Amino acid sequence: MSTDKVVKLADLNKPSFVLSDEERHEIEHALTHYPDGRAASIDALKAVQKHRGWVPDDAIPVIAEAIGISAADLEGVATFYSLIFRRPVGRHVIKVCDSISCHLTGYDELRGELEKQLGIRFGQTTRDGRYTLLPICCLGACDRGATMMIDDDLHGPVEPKDVAAILGNYQ
Amino acid sequence: MSTLRSAKDPNYQKPLTRLIDTAAGPLDLKSHEAEGGYSALRKAIKELKPQDVQAKVKEANLRGRGGAGFPTGIKWSLIPMGPDAGTKYIVCNADEMEPGTFKDRLLMEQAPHQLVEAMALAGYAIQAQTGYIFLRGEYVVAAERLNRAIAEARAAGLLGKNVLGGEWSFELYVHTGAGRYICGEETALINSLEGRRANPRAKPPFPQIAGLWGRPTIVNNVETLSNIPHILLNGPTWFKELNQGKTSDAGTKLYGVSGRANKPGCWELPMGTTARELLEVHAGGMRGGKKLKAWLPGGASTDFLLPEHLDLPMDFDTIARAGSRMGTGLITVVAEDQSIVSAVRNLEEFFARESCGWCTPCRDGLPWTVKILRAIENGQGKTGDIEQLSKMTRWLGPGRTFCAHAPGAMEPLQSAIKYFRDEFEIGIVCDIDEVKPDVCTLPAGLPDITDDRDLATKKAS
Ligand SMILES: Cc1cc2nc3c(=O)[nH]c(=O)nc-3n(C[C@H](O)[C@H](O)[C@H](O)COP(=O)(O)O)c2cc1C
Ligand code: SF4
Ligand code: FES
Repeated sequence: MSTDKVVKLADLNKPSFVLSDEERHEIEHALTHYPDGRAASIDALKAVQKHRGWVPDDAIPVIAEAIGISAADLEGVATFYSLIFRRPVGRHVIKVCDSISCHLTGYDELRGELEKQLGIRFGQTTRDGRYTLLPICCLGACDRGATMMIDDDLHGPVEPKDVAAILGNYQ
Repeated sequence: MSTLRSAKDPNYQKPLTRLIDTAAGPLDLKSHEAEGGYSALRKAIKELKPQDVQAKVKEANLRGRGGAGFPTGIKWSLIPMGPDAGTKYIVCNADEMEPGTFKDRLLMEQAPHQLVEAMALAGYAIQAQTGYIFLRGEYVVAAERLNRAIAEARAAGLLGKNVLGGEWSFELYVHTGAGRYICGEETALINSLEGRRANPRAKPPFPQIAGLWGRPTIVNNVETLSNIPHILLNGPTWFKELNQGKTSDAGTKLYGVSGRANKPGCWELPMGTTARELLEVHAGGMRGGKKLKAWLPGGASTDFLLPEHLDLPMDFDTIARAGSRMGTGLITVVAEDQSIVSAVRNLEEFFARESCGWCTPCRDGLPWTVKILRAIENGQGKTGDIEQLSKMTRWLGPGRTFCAHAPGAMEPLQSAIKYFRDEFEIGIVCDIDEVKPDVCTLPAGLPDITDDRDLATKKAS
């Protein structure tokens, strides 16, 4: 009991979130692109996400300070954009295109196969922390439907029979 | 795409893609310049006044390839010029997220220097000091290649301080987004670029007067801009004749086919090429010998057309006269054995999710529309549901929402009901005799825009 309390009091005094040198450097670089710091909001959020996978709540005031806007303003931005993750995600993020051309070329089957093999649905992360499954707008590769992105890689056309082999490349 | 890199002929017919060889990847600065790259910029800086560049683009009758077909020269002519005009911006809309559209990706991944030169030329024409390419976050390959091209161009004095030794200086940056389709709407794009939530802005003032950070700003699509070096090099008359007389709209167009076609793809062809040629010649027809049931001419926010419309030239005015829009010009085909109701449900789910939430008809009307469509798709539609959907197409129509997102969403819905009403009716379970007049109470002050057409059709059936 009492040791718990000691730890908590100590925690209060230490800043809960600290930008790494790399993150700070990337944010400062983004700031040079714009006459107004606010414009670096998305770049800054993405810089943190690149290194940590997601943007924790306690990062918001720290990032906001780095670009010179209020935490509330940055929170508004961070909650608007679908590719800023506010909850932890898996090591690999699978984004399945659910737009019209892929709908017409096998999206339902692809999604079904992914859900079956991973045992999760959209918005969820596998228990081993390996994959997060998300829907995404048209990936601009409609001639290759059905498409999906895993991390930065585009895959298409993907048929259910291809899924296991593709997933195997992302450990 | 075949290799066209040897075509040094100034009469080339496929200016935008002539240097593209997807297997080999994009040209570096040296090879690009060897093929005539950046000679338009050199010519402009040495010989042409900014207004002359504007005049050539206007004379070429270049129309915006972002979906609306607005004449680029006219858009540019609204920008304040002269020594007192102050800070101005040129912005490239590279947010390509319109479902069914995959042309800007090709231009940016395979011909990044073409866009960089185009941005410099457009920047020079309006005397902007800074340009931004607003690129969707998922286009990581395009981001890398554009950034490399920009770095090469800057090192060669084609960008940066005193471009090519002249008086004009120009910085160009790639800004990558973080999702949300609405960022493609040009005023939402400006908000997003400023680091705000991507809600559209009221117009007027138009961006040409008060855009990015309140300064005069031009927003143009990737394909629109990519035409500019070629117009300057070969002249407006050459550009107008690229259509080979198929239509009155000038230039070539990146057309494409997706859906269940044999060889879906994207091709640069004369403006005014027919959808039949796209589907039957370039895309090799429908897969499995199936018949075509319907097609979207240019993205999710365009009205469906039928097989009987296939022989129309694909240009802005002709497709508009047929009751749709050319939009982005990349067609999506629906096969005879595919459900229109499911297709429309998919489209409306997209629009509902991507609504920015700013205005009520769109924020609340789209999820309502989806709910009805899901019920009909599952055979659980209720009497009056089709009429309700028809009302939606008016309640969310042009002029009733803050931006064109919701009206765009209504285009495929209204045309699907118009052409395939029977497919919707199959999903309705209630007996037709149970029809009760659908009374909807509107808040005071709103004009009643419901009409009796729906009930009339129902009684007739
Ligand atoms: C909801 C919505 C999304 C849009 N998305 C895009 C887009 O991704 N790319 C684009 O070039 N234009 C898009 N537009 C059109 C732009 O608002 C604008 O008209 C275009 O960038 C102008 O460029 P242009 O004149 O060169 O065509 C969109 C419009 C709306 C209403
Ligand atoms: S129509 Fe939709 S997307 Fe456009 S401002 Fe209104 S809520 Fe936002
Ligand atoms: S609809 Fe899936 S990539 Fe375009």
